[in-house]
Amino acid sequence: MSLNEVKIGGMGASRRRVEDNRFIRGKGNYVDDIVLPGMLHMEILRSPVAHARIKSIDTSAAWDMPGVRLVLTGEMMAARNLAWMPTLSYDTAAVLATDKVRFQGQEVCAVIADDPYIAKDACGKIVVDYEILPPIVNPVQAAAPDAVQIRDDKAGQVGNKIFDWEIGDKARTDNAFADADVVSKIELHYPRTHPSPMETCGSLADYDRATGKLTVYLTTQAPHIVRAAVAMVAELPEQNIRIVSPDIGGGFGNKVPIYPGYVVAILASILTEKPVKWIEDKTGNLTSTGFGRDVYLKGEMALRKDGKILGVRMNTISDHGAFFADAQPSKFKIGLMHSAFAAYDIPTAHMFATGYYTNKAPGGVAYRCSFRVTEAMFFQERMVQAAADDLGMDQAEFRRVNFVKDEQHPHRTAFGFLTDSGQYEKCLDIGLEAIGYKNFAAEKAEAAKRGRLLGIGISTMTEPLGAGNSREYDILGIKMFDSAELRIHMSGKAILRTGSRGQGTGHETTWAQIVAHELGIPADDILVEEGDTDTAPFGMGTYASRSTPVAGAAIAMVARKVRAKARKLAAHLLEVSEEDIEWELGRFYVRGNQERGVTIQDCAMAAYSNMPDGMEPGLENVAYYDPPNLTWPFACYIAKVEIDPETGVWDVLQFVAVDDCGVRINPMIVEGQIMGGLTEAYAMANMQYQTYDEEGNIIGGNYMDFLLPTAWETPGFELYEVVTPCPHHPIGAKGVGECATVGGPAAFVNAVMDALKDKGVRNIDMPLMPNRVYEALTTGKDIYGMPPVRSGN
Amino acid sequence: MYPSRFKYESPKTIVEAIKLLDAGKGDAKVLAGGQSLVPMLKLRFAFPDQIVDINNIPGLDYIRFDADGSLHIGALVRHEHLEKSVEISMRQPTIAAAAPLVADPIVRARGTFVGSVCHADPQGDWAATMIALHGSIVVQGPKGKRTIAMKDFVLGPYANSLNYNEIAIEAVIPAPKGVARGGYLKLERRVGDFATASVAVALDMSGDTVLNAGFALAGVGGKTIDANEAASALIGQKLTEATIAKAAQLVAALAEPRTDHRGSAEYKRHIVETFVKRILVANSAQKVA
Repeated sequence: MSLNEVKIGGMGASRRRVEDNRFIRGKGNYVDDIVLPGMLHMEILRSPVAHARIKSIDTSAAWDMPGVRLVLTGEMMAARNLAWMPTLSYDTAAVLATDKVRFQGQEVCAVIADDPYIAKDACGKIVVDYEILPPIVNPVQAAAPDAVQIRDDKAGQVGNKIFDWEIGDKARTDNAFADADVVSKIELHYPRTHPSPMETCGSLADYDRATGKLTVYLTTQAPHIVRAAVAMVAELPEQNIRIVSPDIGGGFGNKVPIYPGYVVAILASILTEKPVKWIEDKTGNLTSTGFGRDVYLKGEMALRKDGKILGVRMNTISDHGAFFADAQPSKFKIGLMHSAFAAYDIPTAHMFATGYYTNKAPGGVAYRCSFRVTEAMFFQERMVQAAADDLGMDQAEFRRVNFVKDEQHPHRTAFGFLTDSGQYEKCLDIGLEAIGYKNFAAEKAEAAKRGRLLGIGISTMTEPLGAGNSREYDILGIKMFDSAELRIHMSGKAILRTGSRGQGTGHETTWAQIVAHELGIPADDILVEEGDTDTAPFGMGTYASRSTPVAGAAIAMVARKVRAKARKLAAHLLEVSEEDIEWELGRFYVRGNQERGVTIQDCAMAAYSNMPDGMEPGLENVAYYDPPNLTWPFACYIAKVEIDPETGVWDVLQFVAVDDCGVRINPMIVEGQIMGGLTEAYAMANMQYQTYDEEGNIIGGNYMDFLLPTAWETPGFELYEVVTPCPHHPIGAKGVGECATVGGPAAFVNAVMDALKDKGVRNIDMPLMPNRVYEALTTGKDIYGMPPVRSGN
Repeated sequence: MYPSRFKYESPKTIVEAIKLLDAGKGDAKVLAGGQSLVPMLKLRFAFPDQIVDINNIPGLDYIRFDADGSLHIGALVRHEHLEKSVEISMRQPTIAAAAPLVADPIVRARGTFVGSVCHADPQGDWAATMIALHGSIVVQGPKGKRTIAMKDFVLGPYANSLNYNEIAIEAVIPAPKGVARGGYLKLERRVGDFATASVAVALDMSGDTVLNAGFALAGVGGKTIDANEAASALIGQKLTEATIAKAAQLVAALAEPRTDHRGSAEYKRHIVETFVKRILVANSAQKVA
């Protein structure tokens, strides 16, 4: 009698993505697709230089152009107390520059005109007189005693340091190093990169003076956070602010922060009483919006001769750009960097982190990453490989010796996290078998005969996904829970709304599957709607792989609340007491008489037409979910590469991914997430970064220099799975979206470094471009990637 | 994309197009594939008053080997036409090797061979190929046609010797005296990236003997590098380890690379030398019919 769960599109069904119906037909509805009557267009004039004092701005020629409605400067913003805005990390960021420009690409003026051509033409007529100041493009320059102060706007700011922060047990860790047989050291730079969604950021602000209502269509992964911020910054009443996040063409963390363009467009709409659209161009997106990474590490590991890790020291220096605008849980200054080594059983660890201002774009967003977890896992796995090499130990065996064993869970990490589940060795074994680890030495020898260098690189890691629990995780004081609201119509169809926001990630498909799993309503009967703050329940949005861990759990919980009421309706319909009712997928029946039952759809109809006396009509509910812990997926990635020593070009011969993300709701979507994540990992390892020259010019401000891999270069990936259900998540699921991006890069880099092991090279900073590999190979020296670079222009 | 305002005309004949260019007095630009012009318009690096779109002029999309063996490529031949041409793959190995390395498949579907040569980007694959092949460009203006040898056509970065009222209508590659051989190699960080270094090698061979050779480089200088003088190492010789090494050295010496984020000058020079060697070794191993 029970329904076939896969057939109704429940858990485990590789259901086709319902959103693709419109996406593949070109019928998506993005911000730039929205047209409002009388709409004006805004263009931003950006700073061409990295660091300069603004001596004067002459906008008169722009004002004189026909079709120009408004030209806004920092001074005009300041008059309305909007020249600066708060960041998500308790700092301030300029909206339009008043005193100085602090990075190339910074917003200086905005022109609002009848069409975008005129707006762009008028930007070209604005004359800004800059007095050039020395630019700072790395933390070493920032820390120099004679360094020019970037944030001279901040009272009490000394030099260019933003913070010192530490975690762990310093004294115990010092003792571990004193007792060590071997101390392994490595210095690394995780270069600056950019999430670079295909759709840039933009907004359409529509202020209606008659109703006092402000509606903003906006590219955001977290519409409720935007509403809260607008209420605070613009001092508008929250009930009159409606933020709509329509279809999003990729986010990857880039669309979490509040950008100056949004604020200026809102003010422009208020001033002109017209809708104002602002759509950033690609260069604007790459040069001014939230970047990822840019962290330096000095890592040290205390080792016993037999391979046991006794202690870990991590010293990080991070480059945050002109404003400290990291999007992360507010109490952690360097995100969750201290999630490093969570998969390893180490007695003690200590981390010291320092952050600096530089004349580079601000942001530090969690690019497909739970707040610096990508850096944490990369550093960890590079340190692990260096340590194995220093001990002369096999890299797989070294991991095996130090893994947290399955039965040790729940396990408190050296930095204080609590991991709760995992089968690390099992994943590693599957990976080693798939890559042919046993035969690798013979393969390497064969390749050497052809003049090629072979290397194998492993990356194993567990990472914390799904912030948060409200004890530890908040953003500016707002706790990181999430929500779901489920309304069952009388025909048994339903609408589900959540506080998360899909961005091409398949929420409309998978959320319905969770409801189908809990209620037996076919997934096709459930409409999922997100992104409109007037209708969706409050939530903290989608980033850091938190949707399934948090909103996904809220969906299961709200469905269970609805089922509890449906049970009462079933008892009424079946004329038995509630205690005598049993549940199977999609149906209640009388205990002992399975034939006698009613479907969930029958209960839905009864909720509107035949409810028992005294029962409130309707069948709907809302759930807010505060997770007890993060979820801890595990991954084992192994790359096999071949280097052409004459050019430094390296090819990926094979790549194996073993992911344990707990119970998989939609295996096809999970695989898609892993494939996409590995492609981004490959990009960072192989070709992609944003760097700067001596003058602070960004290199990587367009797709000629900021490289996204195409299908041509991207290697094939072989996927394997292990399922260890999350013990505290209602459906046993864990986050997965970011795992491959987080764990992937170290596999590629470790493979190349393994191939170069005999050449005396210990590290090449990413990206491992052919010239860097060739230089390391021929000189036997490490390659450091700290900017500035020669731009050649 | 919000370029500056421009007038757009789409003439049906070359004569009409030339009239428009003439009237434009230097402020009109020809649009063929648009693969360089359109991005430049987008970035407002180019802001012509007038665009003269030649895509509706019939009869310019030919690839033709004349009876004398010379190859003629019309102004509207797209890169992918060359990539997919069976005749090119059998008779013109340098072009056949370069065609699939031009940009990416999307660009190859629209961009034109002649347009790329005219653009004279120091990174351009076709200007280098044409120099190595000792090619020439046929141009037409108000006073009729003239032919310009490649060495006189590319004047520098993004500069050619066309007058403002002239259109390049055809590329001509002379017939080999023996058999055409050669190759093209490019190091790029990603498909569609500007080259770290590109090498075009054209050989005219009789049996094992090199009758003539041509070399040109892209991506390793402020302009397309004419390295044809290195042919002296090969003319009248066989492709041996020694002659190959000598030629590769000479070509590499002519490169003018600069250190940038794609690599050091030394690295780029090394890649040039390596690629010249690889192309010549591949050709020496081939049995000549």
